[in-house]
Amino acid sequence: MKSKLLSLPYIFWLIIFIVIPTFLVVLFSFIDENYKFTTKWIIQSGDYIGILFKSIYFAVISTLICFLIAFPIAFILSRTKKYIQKTLLMLIILPMWMNLLLRTYAWMTLLENNGIINQILSFIGLGKINIINTPYAIILGMVYNYLPFMILPLYSVMTKIDKSIIEAAQDLGANYFVVLSKILLPLSLSGIVAGITMVFVPSVSTFIISRMLGGGGNLLFGDIIEQQFIGSTYNPYMGSAMSLFLMIIILIIMWITNMIDKNKEERQGMLL
Amino acid sequence: MKKNLSIIISFFIMITIFSGCSSNNNLKIYIWGEFISNGEDNSMDIKKEFENKYGVKVNLTTFASNEEMYAKIKSGSAKYDLIVPSDYMINRMINEDMLEKIDFENIPNFSNIMDEFKNPIYDPTGEYSIPYAWGLVGIIYNSKMITEDINSWYSLFNEKYSKEILMFNNPRDAFAIALKYKGYSLNSQNPEEFKQAADLLKKQQPLVQSYVMDEIFDKMINGEAIISSYYAGDFIKMEKDNPNLKFVLPKEGTNRFVDSMVIPKGAKNKNLSEKFIDFILEPEVGLSNIEYLGYSTPNKAVFDLLPDDIRFNKNLYPDSSFLDFNTEEFIHLTDVFLENMDKEWLKIKSGNN
Amino acid sequence: MIKFLSKAYLGIIFSFLYLPIFILIIFSFNESKNRAKFTGFSFKWYIELFSNELIIKSLFNTLLIGFLSAIIATFIGTIAAIGIMQMNKKNKSFLLNLSYIPIINPEIVTGVSLMMLFVFLNKIFGLELGFMTVLLSHITFCLPYVVLNVMPKLRQVDPSMYEAAQDLGCNPKQAFYKVVLPDIMPGIFSGFLMTFTLSIDDFVVTYFTSGSSFQTLPVTIYSMTRKKVNPQINAISSIIFLVVLIVLILINLKEAKKHRRVKI
Repeated sequence: MKSKLLSLPYIFWLIIFIVIPTFLVVLFSFIDENYKFTTKWIIQSGDYIGILFKSIYFAVISTLICFLIAFPIAFILSRTKKYIQKTLLMLIILPMWMNLLLRTYAWMTLLENNGIINQILSFIGLGKINIINTPYAIILGMVYNYLPFMILPLYSVMTKIDKSIIEAAQDLGANYFVVLSKILLPLSLSGIVAGITMVFVPSVSTFIISRMLGGGGNLLFGDIIEQQFIGSTYNPYMGSAMSLFLMIIILIIMWITNMIDKNKEERQGMLL
Repeated sequence: MKKNLSIIISFFIMITIFSGCSSNNNLKIYIWGEFISNGEDNSMDIKKEFENKYGVKVNLTTFASNEEMYAKIKSGSAKYDLIVPSDYMINRMINEDMLEKIDFENIPNFSNIMDEFKNPIYDPTGEYSIPYAWGLVGIIYNSKMITEDINSWYSLFNEKYSKEILMFNNPRDAFAIALKYKGYSLNSQNPEEFKQAADLLKKQQPLVQSYVMDEIFDKMINGEAIISSYYAGDFIKMEKDNPNLKFVLPKEGTNRFVDSMVIPKGAKNKNLSEKFIDFILEPEVGLSNIEYLGYSTPNKAVFDLLPDDIRFNKNLYPDSSFLDFNTEEFIHLTDVFLENMDKEWLKIKSGNN
Repeated sequence: MIKFLSKAYLGIIFSFLYLPIFILIIFSFNESKNRAKFTGFSFKWYIELFSNELIIKSLFNTLLIGFLSAIIATFIGTIAAIGIMQMNKKNKSFLLNLSYIPIINPEIVTGVSLMMLFVFLNKIFGLELGFMTVLLSHITFCLPYVVLNVMPKLRQVDPSMYEAAQDLGCNPKQAFYKVVLPDIMPGIFSGFLMTFTLSIDDFVVTYFTSGSSFQTLPVTIYSMTRKKVNPQINAISSIIFLVVLIVLILINLKEAKKHRRVKI
């Protein structure tokens, strides 16, 4: 435990592979092919503002759905017996260890017009549902893939809520609604905030889910960025400008969630 | 613990160093997906055969569209020794000085190539490319679900088939269909004609089930979608798995494409690339390859070896009168126009008008 | 009543989480390519999978990158954490905030920004996209996780123990190896495991930084899903699921054992 110098390699690494690349993104957003200052990429990205809003909209919806599903789960989990809790928790983590591509692929085959869900539906006499290649499929994919990211932080704050607080409130005449709004929600705020960031950020920037479940016709902002670098339109300047937009959105979200939740230290631990 | 760790580390470092060394004898090929026979269905495994013959390693990487390939090469993020793109993209790459001239002395089998494929419009001097396969774009439909006669591009815009239509997931092919349907040249750079085509594609967007490239195989074979447009050669493959599928060349005319082998600037193994090209042009190799691809061959020696049902298949080898009057090849358009097309295309696909 | 409802709710959510995976696994044993009807039992796709050169090669690449990046990131990250602990509060929080960039940044932004860096380096030094760039990127997004795993453990180390060891005749090096290291070992180990998993699971960053000839398993799987659907993908899923299940069970058993020992 001697020297600050031990962190030098790390500092160099951060500078070369994080600071400089981030700087490159900002730089490329504002220069043209001849390295002169320009705002044309930023202005041209404005053409895709509709798609950006659509991506935000989808991400908000799926974050909301994730929250509504995860909140009760996390509560139930935190109140079960310790040894069952462990197993259930493992069961929630397990699908997360499967690659996202495989999980999304599973839904791709399930939802097809002639896929297994539609086969079953038409077998029991209900009509087919057409959901693949629609926004619904994309939101379903987001919820499915990122739900554990909401459950885990919620669960970890809720285990810390003392059972006796809830009981005391009930003894004092609080009904379920009051317990929920006056105790559970405020006390799990830091978990909620962590969960929101962890679901919203990957949802708003995804290109895999929209590509695989959206049928190429439901492009999200991530798809368009990907196209600028690897897809049909090679234009790293435009791609940088768009990435910049995305980073700003994320910063705004972080800022808002920071405002809501002052207890930052704890949340950072939860991001892990 | 520490000892074990260092053993593991040195083991991996050694592997890395060795795998780095072998790259000198590596031929890196960048090619369309499903575009070289790989030993499936009793075809020849060309990669293996070539590796055994010359004692080298062949590294195949695939792309799904010309534009994707262009992005990778242009960004310099990847280096290859041999690429197999399509006509208009070769045209563009020649214009942008991205290709190496081929040394024809090393390719004696070039004499097998049919005369009409030498000096094509996309490579006027004929110094940069050697044709690999060619074909036509047409309509593929499922005759079990569609009983009426299909003979026009109109069917792809017909509301009757809403959500059953598959469309190309690349701007050039998609715009070509719209332009041809309107009766214009598919190389048109007339703003008015372009706008009409874009409007047509915008109107089509809600009807389209999905925009696809190679995903089309599965969707057409399984009956997920009932009408689409794709390359004749790939149809031959689909038909094997689903005999209900039919192919038509629309009356408004269509695109004739040629995919050719080119060597990018900075290729490390130009000599080996040329050996590979020559190998592909050998009659038996070419025959096995083209039978696997299902596309049409520009190789006279291979054509003569083909079975009759392929040789006289009008979808693959139409009469020269049809070829001359109803088909058009892509040429490279101006960068500004293409940029505009790309932008318009993203807007169309995302339903963001 | 509430008990029943909560059980039912858990049941529904768990089937939502697991049904797709189970169906995927069931169809890996399907004899035909049909994805809706089970036509017969067969190991065909597993056999094809293991003779698929590309997949085996990508699996090897994935593990290689996973091990190397986890080892290097763990080493650099651990010594960094020790160094950061010595800093004053201002520098410390600045560095930690910087470390959060790759964690908070969307993967696609991390991917494209690294790609731009490498393309830039390519023009200057001729560093081609491939093994090296993937390794560098993986180390980059792994590093902060190591630091953040080791830091809390370091905070728990009692400095007086370290001093005591020196008073008792250890030189600083010995004191570190004998006193500090054993204490922070669990943090280092969990950091290593976490980065290894992050690395083998990563698709987005690899996709942008891998270039042409170097593919990891997720990248290969992605290109497979873009072509003719291939039940080999189902077979991969089942195998991965099985491996993950076994690993998780082993970890849990080990922990359970530890707990029991503590109790006794």
